[in-house]
Amino acid sequence: MNFALSDLMPLLPEVFLLAAVCGILILDLFLGQDQRYITYILTLATLAGCGWLTFSTATGETVYTMHGMFVDDLLSDSLKLILYFTVAISLVYSREYIRVRGMFQGEFFTLTLFATLGMMVMISANHFLTLYIGLELLSLSLYALVALQRDSAIASEAAMKYFVLGALASGMLLYGMSMVYGTTDSLEIPRIALVLQADIGNRMVLIFGLVFIVAGIAFKLGVAPFHMWLPDVYHGAPTAVTIFIGTATKIAAFAFTIRILAQGLQVLSPDWQQMLAIMAVLSMAVGNIAAIAQTNFKRMLAYSTISHMGFLLLGLLAADTAGYSASMFYVLAYVLTGLGSFGMIMLLSRQGFEADRLEDLKGLNQRNPWYAFMLLLLMFSLAGLPPTIGFYAKLAVLQAVVHAGYTWLAVVAVIFSLIGAFYYLRVVRLMYFEKPADMHPLSPPADMQVLISANGLAVLGLGILPQPLMALCAYAMERSL
Amino acid sequence: MLAGYPLLSLAIWLPICAGILVLATGSERHATLARWIALLGSILAFAVTLPLYPNFDTATANMQFVEFMAWIPTYHINYHLGVDGISMPFVLLNSFTTVLVVIAGWQVIQNKTSQYMAAFLIMSGLINGVFVALDAMLFYVFFEAMLIPLFLVIGIWGGPRRVYAAVKFFLYTLLGSLLMLVAFIYLYFQSGGSFEIIDYYALPLSLPVQILLFVAFFLSFAVKVPMWPVHTWLPDAHVEAPTGGSVVLAAITLKIGAYGFMRFNLPITPDASHYMTGFIVTISLIAVVYISLVALVQSDMKKLIAYSSISHMGFVTLGIFLFNNIGMEGALLQMISHGFISAAMFLSIGVMYDRMHTRQIADYGGLVNKMPVFAAFLMLFSMANAGLPGTSGFVGEFMVILAAIKVNFWYAFAAATTLIFGAAYTLWMYKRVIFGEITNPEVARLKDINPREFGFLAALAVLTLAMGIYPEPVTKVMHVTVDNLLAHVAQSKLP
Repeated sequence: MNFALSDLMPLLPEVFLLAAVCGILILDLFLGQDQRYITYILTLATLAGCGWLTFSTATGETVYTMHGMFVDDLLSDSLKLILYFTVAISLVYSREYIRVRGMFQGEFFTLTLFATLGMMVMISANHFLTLYIGLELLSLSLYALVALQRDSAIASEAAMKYFVLGALASGMLLYGMSMVYGTTDSLEIPRIALVLQADIGNRMVLIFGLVFIVAGIAFKLGVAPFHMWLPDVYHGAPTAVTIFIGTATKIAAFAFTIRILAQGLQVLSPDWQQMLAIMAVLSMAVGNIAAIAQTNFKRMLAYSTISHMGFLLLGLLAADTAGYSASMFYVLAYVLTGLGSFGMIMLLSRQGFEADRLEDLKGLNQRNPWYAFMLLLLMFSLAGLPPTIGFYAKLAVLQAVVHAGYTWLAVVAVIFSLIGAFYYLRVVRLMYFEKPADMHPLSPPADMQVLISANGLAVLGLGILPQPLMALCAYAMERSL
Repeated sequence: MLAGYPLLSLAIWLPICAGILVLATGSERHATLARWIALLGSILAFAVTLPLYPNFDTATANMQFVEFMAWIPTYHINYHLGVDGISMPFVLLNSFTTVLVVIAGWQVIQNKTSQYMAAFLIMSGLINGVFVALDAMLFYVFFEAMLIPLFLVIGIWGGPRRVYAAVKFFLYTLLGSLLMLVAFIYLYFQSGGSFEIIDYYALPLSLPVQILLFVAFFLSFAVKVPMWPVHTWLPDAHVEAPTGGSVVLAAITLKIGAYGFMRFNLPITPDASHYMTGFIVTISLIAVVYISLVALVQSDMKKLIAYSSISHMGFVTLGIFLFNNIGMEGALLQMISHGFISAAMFLSIGVMYDRMHTRQIADYGGLVNKMPVFAAFLMLFSMANAGLPGTSGFVGEFMVILAAIKVNFWYAFAAATTLIFGAAYTLWMYKRVIFGEITNPEVARLKDINPREFGFLAALAVLTLAMGIYPEPVTKVMHVTVDNLLAHVAQSKLP
């Protein structure tokens, strides 16, 4: 085997991140607790460096490297850039929160970076094994992150559940992949597509494998009936980790799904469309109905995630480029809104107080009208009401699903989103119509204030002018599929 | 001369910008400033809509003052605005009502003044957007976005059961509109990728499809109107809303439902509209008769007027679905007239409520002794609400009854009972509130209306009388549009 240096060019961001994270890991050993901010700044700088490298090496062309293990296309570049942004924003939101909770440690940052590396590998994977390696790197880092608060029983429980169920899902995924390998004699995604196009082969085994793969994907996305881990993990994990699981990993899970289903197994779409349709309806039902009964804001957002992932599947099950770009837009809209919502929980939290119950939002409009307005925008975006970005995300997937001929699914989806509107409204109701129970002044750090305001306004601004982001999603999908 | 100015965009964005400016004044310390900016903004917003009337070409049914801009090219959604004879009067009505609402809330609202004023200004802009949008998605965005400020207004400044009322109002209206969204997406693909409402008019559709689309639109607009039996959110929302909220609800948002019937149901699904006429006429008549009886037994004045609104809106839907031009124009006149009268009634109740903090009829009595000027105004508005000739309330109802008699005598018979019931519930309320002995010591301490209150009541009184005596200025703008709409509805769209 001989490597040309140019083979490594598309990999540059990953290589840089790996080198940087090793450097940070060593450097962190020599830093005292009061110098820990250096680790924090270096982490952000690493992400910025990755962003610069990804941006400057982006050609817009699809480049395969490492003997077809790895792909660098417009989809991977745009998703990675958004990923860096998401991780960086979640770190800024988390800084104060983890500092007062004694989690401002090197491990938090290096694990986050390792997880980011895993996600980058997933986004760029062109081979089932690369996908799997990326996924495991992400998952193992996440298990550790969830359990980072050693003394918290609820966090340890969440980590345990996450680990056991996650390992099971990984196993299913591998099993499914092995069956696909058995019939197509390849693990390389484009080649699998070619083989299947020429001759489906042993359909029975293939569908069997597909079921396992879809189950694995559903677990990672958090779609019913594979959603059991999600509320516990969201609730149990420190919010700084929840924001990471709730936003950044969704981007990677989306890329992972596109790579396997759209690029590899597109020929089998009539089969997986049905599975996705069932899971989409179930997720929207479970997510929206169970969320009504929640009293914990994080749990409510967890169930809301389940229902949103159901909506995401609606776009995917259209199984055409328009549908994929609709679901990409949906993911990005969700990530933007999720960042703000979890960020707001951390903004309201303070030392020794976790603002994760719905009651803690009472009278926010009296305590601080601006943050209340931001959370109002975020909630209406989650509910899918115009003029916020959530509405266009919903519109895009509904359009895709009607176009694919599933008008009944669109009707089901809007009925569940009506049910969903009820609990998002409850948040607004608590903030605006109730008297505050807790009058502690809110004094988040300045960078967080600016970012969370920008985040809320972006939800509104991209709702009024969604065209650029929509065009980006459509273009990236067209060029990469 | 004014063709170059984007009047409709101004009508939408000027109040919204004014609203944001009011919000920026922030805390309660600058409440006076917030009030003045709000007043100035609302008057300015009304002023920019005024040129629509003299510059309106009454000889054409085409859209006028059109503005067009690509908005979301990926989905062929355009920023496309325009008005015709149906929508233009509502833009004026809405902008005018906003001025009244700002003045009515001047002293009463002492809690979060800037948010209150801003909510109404922003809502006014969004409602103008609903009336002038010619792109289905643009319409939908305004239609839904409008709910947000109204939800907050009811929930923050409303009465004791405000939270329940706000949530009920929101979910009811959302239920309807979400199905409309699916209908739009379906039409988008049927029309080969267009969200232009006008493109849907020429689209051939089979009867079953038309009926499904009709039902989707019907649900969303019937809830807004509101028609019996989906009217139950209205009395709750009205009773709990602050005065300004009730005024906007009654005078404007109810009209959006009927406007939607004319803009979407009739022209897009004409065959289904004919097919469903019997059903719509029946529930309209139930609203007219049954809801009038319900109004009769109310002990809360706001609830009484809320039910009377539902009954009056029954006339509107009846007029629309009779498919002749007297009925249609009668319905439009009734909508505008109801805009004035219901606004006046709610403002009058607001005047009493601000002094007494009760809306129960039983708590009043003998008001005429202490508030003679107010009693005179309320007399006029009550008469108008009962449909007395010479007031605007009479013209629309009379035209609809006339149109109904052409179609079926019994329709007209049932509809005409409103002249009795309407008089009964309004005048009986008037008698119990205004006349009789003063039994409540609170009433004995009342003072008559101040110049601010006199101002807005007088403005509405003049309009009510003017439209009752000489409705021609209003009807002349709608003739051609209504004829055109009816000609369109008469043609079958079956493939």
